[in-house]
Amino acid sequence: MMSKTEAMSRIKKMILIVDDDPDYLFQMKYHIENFGFDVITAENMKEAEKALEEKPDLAILDLMMETQDAGFVLAYKIKKQQPRLPVIIASAVAAERGINFRVETKEDKKWIKADLFIEKGIRSDQLHREIKRLLKL
Amino acid sequence: MEKLKVLVVDDEPGIRSGVQRVLKNYTVGFPFMDEDFSFEVMDAETGESALNMITHHEIDIILLDNKLPGIQGIEVLEKINKMSLDIAVMMITSYASLEIAVKATTLGAYNFIPKPFTPDEVKSAIENISKHLFLMRMTRKMKEEGRQIRFRFLSVLSHELKSPLNAVEGYLEIMKEKQAGENITEYMSMIDRSLVRIKAMRGLIMDMLDLTRLESGKKSRKLQNVNLNYLARMAVDTVMPLAIQSNIEIITNLEDEVQLTADPDEMEIIFNNLLSNAVKYNRKNGEVQFEVKQKGNNLMIRVSDTGIGIDQEDLPKLFAEFSRIKTNETQNINGSGLGLSIVKKMVDLYRGTIDVSSQPRLGTTFKITLPII
Repeated sequence: MMSKTEAMSRIKKMILIVDDDPDYLFQMKYHIENFGFDVITAENMKEAEKALEEKPDLAILDLMMETQDAGFVLAYKIKKQQPRLPVIIASAVAAERGINFRVETKEDKKWIKADLFIEKGIRSDQLHREIKRLLKL
Repeated sequence: MEKLKVLVVDDEPGIRSGVQRVLKNYTVGFPFMDEDFSFEVMDAETGESALNMITHHEIDIILLDNKLPGIQGIEVLEKINKMSLDIAVMMITSYASLEIAVKATTLGAYNFIPKPFTPDEVKSAIENISKHLFLMRMTRKMKEEGRQIRFRFLSVLSHELKSPLNAVEGYLEIMKEKQAGENITEYMSMIDRSLVRIKAMRGLIMDMLDLTRLESGKKSRKLQNVNLNYLARMAVDTVMPLAIQSNIEIITNLEDEVQLTADPDEMEIIFNNLLSNAVKYNRKNGEVQFEVKQKGNNLMIRVSDTGIGIDQEDLPKLFAEFSRIKTNETQNINGSGLGLSIVKKMVDLYRGTIDVSSQPRLGTTFKITLPII
């Protein structure tokens, strides 16, 4: 039995991708549309905040945009507005090189609210799996 | 005035009160310090009570006798060493054997003053040890700051290097899996974008090399008498192919003989960066004015363009490393975000100045003034 709200909801889930690298944005959109989702994109904070009005079902944010931790700031804002919207933070800077962004401390964990951290360059089938998991599909 | 805490550890009451008296109104100053040091003296009769005081007060300097009723001075020193505290220790002792002296030095004792000592000897020893302490702390602080700057730089750099790799790799994956079908024309825009990103990455690496030159310091600089007219014309030749693509005219006003004691490679980097910016951020059919001339005891370099210009609020960010002004106009222009920071550093090397004035949509002018030595 399908509830009324479910029946009224969009057929395709919508995913918001925020990244200041136009090529990365293009490729992510390309893959995620191939997975069968709708995609909206934003290249900066301002565009992202506007795109949120479209009520996406999941957001994928780049970590380093205008500032080094723009992704964290945006994630914080999103979670404040829409606590149940799953957020993925993608970063090109890998922890295995000893350069990480210290999300380990208690204080950071308090305000950085991402559901998943991925490294850019993640295989598309892995990405698909993670999106399905977060959307409970 | 900054106060240093001095702990005197000696079982002789005369020594303890003597040091108290001598240091009561004593101050130490150095030309390179903002404020003088004064001293607050505490004392302990035994090694045990000294260690207790060390854990409860932030002691800076210890005058430590070796021969103590309980544990010996050298053992106190050993414990301080183990706790790796930021304390300078000076041994005060009447009968120091070489063995003790060597051991104390190994454990980081700063020096020895033999007992009995005169007030002046105490003062001069305290002066030396304060200076030592100050320099040690300063060095540590500067190293720490340097590390942080380096760390930040490396994390931004690795981001800037990884982004183009990820972009190209992403396109190659799509092509490998033939996700857009069998027809190669479907992939042309991806190939073009990959080439653009690779080219930009090469530019970044070239800029990195310029920056490395700067960081490696004076050793590799080859200062000589150079004729800037020649170098300026070379720079114009270098940028010409790029200018022709957008039909941009480069108007030069170069004095025939402009001599400067300089490293020719560095001058070339300055010219190339300013000229290529003036072309890259110009409009089609635009114009670049390039002027090099002597004015009094200064050399003036001026590069103006008729390009997109820079918003007033973005001007302060212009010379920072990896800062690129992001607007709709700049998003399709390649740049590492290092060029102007390199130019600024080079100009600083010559004790010169760089000024920028700009009007959005009308153009930008960079003016460099270098003193002719």
